[in-house]
Amino acid sequence: MIKIDNLTKRYGEKYVLSSLSFEINKGEIVGFLGPNGAGKSTTMNIITGYLSPSDGTVSVDGLDILDFPDEVKKKIGYLPEQPPVYPDMTVTEYLNFVYELKGCRLNRQKHIAEIIDVTSLGDAKGRLIGNLSKGYRQRAGIAQALVGNPPVIILDEPTVGLDPRQVVEIRNLIRTLGLSHTVILSTHILSEVQAVCDRVVIINKGRIVADRKTTELSAAVEGTRRMSAKICGPSKDVSAAIRALPGVRNVETEGKFDMDSTSFVIESDSGIDIRKPMFNLLAKNGWALIGLESAGTSLEDVFLVLTDLKSDDGRGKKKRSGRKEA
Amino acid sequence: MLAVFKREFLSYFKTPSGYVFMAMFLAVNGGVFSVLTLQQQDGSLSSYFMSMTFALVVLIPILTMKSFSEERKTKTEQLLLTSPTTLGGIVFGKFLAAFSLFAATYIVGCINFTALYKFAAEDKPNGGQIVGCSVALLLIGAAFIAIGIFVSALTENQLIASLGTMGIMVLFLALGMLNQYIPFEWLKTVLSWVSIYSRFSNFTYGVFDFAAVLYYASISFVFLFLTVRVYERRRWA
Repeated sequence: MIKIDNLTKRYGEKYVLSSLSFEINKGEIVGFLGPNGAGKSTTMNIITGYLSPSDGTVSVDGLDILDFPDEVKKKIGYLPEQPPVYPDMTVTEYLNFVYELKGCRLNRQKHIAEIIDVTSLGDAKGRLIGNLSKGYRQRAGIAQALVGNPPVIILDEPTVGLDPRQVVEIRNLIRTLGLSHTVILSTHILSEVQAVCDRVVIINKGRIVADRKTTELSAAVEGTRRMSAKICGPSKDVSAAIRALPGVRNVETEGKFDMDSTSFVIESDSGIDIRKPMFNLLAKNGWALIGLESAGTSLEDVFLVLTDLKSDDGRGKKKRSGRKEA
Repeated sequence: MLAVFKREFLSYFKTPSGYVFMAMFLAVNGGVFSVLTLQQQDGSLSSYFMSMTFALVVLIPILTMKSFSEERKTKTEQLLLTSPTTLGGIVFGKFLAAFSLFAATYIVGCINFTALYKFAAEDKPNGGQIVGCSVALLLIGAAFIAIGIFVSALTENQLIASLGTMGIMVLFLALGMLNQYIPFEWLKTVLSWVSIYSRFSNFTYGVFDFAAVLYYASISFVFLFLTVRVYERRRWA
């Protein structure tokens, strides 16, 4: 459906994208994952024809964006990072404008009513966009992308700035869209990709780091379990004792955060629950366990996991960093 | 193109800018007319039309300053540029919206001329001159609107857009006046050729100058074309 070949974008000497190549099949929901500044938005801007590539090609359904810009743009609905809404228009006026702008030939009233329904904009349809909250504006932006029923929907960070309930709604909406459309969405939130996407393309500094099915990603991420524990006791002995338990891969001392306890990060094999044996061990030695929680996997860890999949020993050296982002 | 035109034209009435333009234009227009024509009892209208070209320098930026700069600031240009519309269509739609409002307001202002027909005793107004000057004034307005749209495509800042537009317009108008200080004959010829002002004086004498009409139309065209180029360049940057 979408073929990206050797895509390069450069501003002067600075390469924002270097030789990006991947393909997206019809009906897939693909997550574009990467830290800020990785080149996610630039890639999307090029696919939608807002920017032109310095090198390489983008084609949709076999049509090159540079040779057939209008045909390609007709096939794509795009929600940029900042929803492109006019504050001086009401939601209905805005969607009618987009309908005319895209030169659609559908049953206008029915089509727009459907879109308003799907994006739950019913309460806000007569209000000026300038007076709407961020969540409604974001939905107006998504609604705009759906006008004309394009086969490809591209959403740049669709859930940023929404409250948790809205995030769930939007994710459900994206999943529904995925049934009948090809969807590309970008995000820097790992759990979002896991919740919504079939496939994930991870980019960093303008290069593809990994391109995998989400299930593989989950397996890679869930291969290890991480917990952080607060234990009162001599940190060297404690860490050595826990390390000796079966199934424990690694124990790291994080440091003392209060007077008498030390925090540890414990990684274990996914199949084994080490909490009971660990508790017994600590109790036997008279070390008090005063806190235990599971630590999530951060994006940086996933990068490392996915790039290290070939060499298993790389995992032990992995540096701990940050909690789960969400 | 039509969608952009419609949105742009309606937005003049949703924000104060359209009303501000109309109010200021009609006030200035009426003021100039009563001071230079009625009070001077001057039926020739030439000083009235000349003054109006200068008034446009201040008035036109009200219409054009937010044209592209606002779109860029609010990122709505991403919607326009990723929609299946040509750049030329977008630029022309915006131009047409501003020009329509300008022309409509001018036509309302033409009500002034009825006073001439009613009260002028001997010096009957010259209908041909009024029509000729009006066409020329509308074309100069069109050229200025094109300049304003071009400058607004260069910046996100509306203030800079309006000041920059005024600067270029003043330059175009002033070229003819610089003439008397220039010692070189060939430069004088070139400048008076480029000057909007000296070309306009033909119309005030009651001569319909087709070359001037063509000249004004080409200024509009050139600046609209440059606007398209600005966007194409930015895309490829």
